[in-house]
Amino acid sequence: MALVLSPEPPLTDWMAALDLQIAKSAAFFAAKPVILECGLLGPDDAGLDALVPALLERGIRLVEIEGADPDWPATEGWTWPQGYSGGRAIGAIEIPEEAPAPPPDPSRASLVIDEPVRSGQTVSFPDGDVVVMGSVASGAEVSAGGSVHIYGTLRGRAFAGAGGNAAGRILCSRLNAELVAIGGVYMTAEDIPASHLGRAVQVRLDGERLVLLPLD
Amino acid sequence: MGKVLVVTSGKGGVGKTTSTASLGAALAQNNQTVVVVDFDVGLRNLDLVMGAERRVVFDLINVVQGDAKLAQALIRDKRIETLSILPASQTRDKDALTADGVARVIEELREKFDWIVCDSPAGIERGAQLAMYHADEAVVVTNPEVSSVRDSDRIIGLLDSTTAKAKAGEKIAKHLLLTRYDPVRAARGEMLRVEDVLEILSIPLIGIIPESEEVLRASNLGSPVTLNAPESAPARAYFDAARRLRGETLDMSVPSDRKGLFAKLFNWRAA
Repeated sequence: MALVLSPEPPLTDWMAALDLQIAKSAAFFAAKPVILECGLLGPDDAGLDALVPALLERGIRLVEIEGADPDWPATEGWTWPQGYSGGRAIGAIEIPEEAPAPPPDPSRASLVIDEPVRSGQTVSFPDGDVVVMGSVASGAEVSAGGSVHIYGTLRGRAFAGAGGNAAGRILCSRLNAELVAIGGVYMTAEDIPASHLGRAVQVRLDGERLVLLPLD
Repeated sequence: MGKVLVVTSGKGGVGKTTSTASLGAALAQNNQTVVVVDFDVGLRNLDLVMGAERRVVFDLINVVQGDAKLAQALIRDKRIETLSILPASQTRDKDALTADGVARVIEELREKFDWIVCDSPAGIERGAQLAMYHADEAVVVTNPEVSSVRDSDRIIGLLDSTTAKAKAGEKIAKHLLLTRYDPVRAARGEMLRVEDVLEILSIPLIGIIPESEEVLRASNLGSPVTLNAPESAPARAYFDAARRLRGETLDMSVPSDRKGLFAKLFNWRAA
């Protein structure tokens, strides 16, 4: 389905109305093909030359321009899309008004755990970072969509970037982990260089490889 | 209303039953009314360690299932008047314990005694869960070795999540009792040090029971070590632990039979 936009003079008012509509439902035009129907416009309308650039600037994807002539002098600066045909009109539609996206809730951006994470326990937070104020015991697991911060000793397993986010990191003030993993790339205790054991370490993903860096 | 104390560990063979008997006796020797309850249905031992095995008629299962009254199943200790034991059944298994039945028995015990000390079976299954469910406080018995410490850590997690108090959003008080501790071997690095155990488990320490042949001797005689050899190092450690359970603040030391040599005073504190 393609949307048809039919601008009418005066163009400055129409543009302001469009901006209002975009502000109310930002996602509505995103990635939708749009046909620009210029039947209501004449070649001498004020602001005609800026119409198409202004639409493109707003991220509107034009697939066709109808009712305007490339011979009109004002259309000289327009980018004419490749042709589009076979369309069938289905009448006017209501643009849904979506509630403005709520501002991100800071309390949900990270999960802070004041208690030690005990053996057998699993802490999973796919929406952001996990901060553990104590230690993560042998046999415990902490998994975060973002990064994992451990202010005690990491003796269990830590998974950062659990949703495939390669930018996740694991930071701990003492590394004695059974396993660390970022975005699916993992390293077991055997592979962790002895020089990093018991130290403050950050683990990051470099391509397909985990990199351990001392924190102090 | 009495206080329900569960003695638990996850791992078997670390000294739960010995500690239940010794702590229960130590509390009773200080004029508290105490009942020790054996939750290890099918593998009961507490009656032996308490020297009551020949006086068992009814047991916890009989009371839970309504076949006997609580008063019929309770065995009063012959040495300390304020100490009683509620034995487990050796012939049944842990499925015979129902949550409702246990709740009823614990309620009844709370009215009669100052302390209800529950000896948990090893493991984290039904028996152990029922033993800890009604607890107000827990004594986590741990040996200074890695497998025991990890199992204790698991149990602490369960105490914080599956008990009645945890489900009501309250905190259950947890105390670490380090048993079979040998300061000489710990100094040589053959055992985990107290600091290491405390750092991993991060719960307050209520006692360090030194490895001692007195414990085994007392156990075989069917008498808690605090009764059988009250002056011995492990007995003194249990007496101190019992006083800490009652809220006293005492300096922490590793009692020793060889005075002066290892009786170093420590000041451990858990985070």
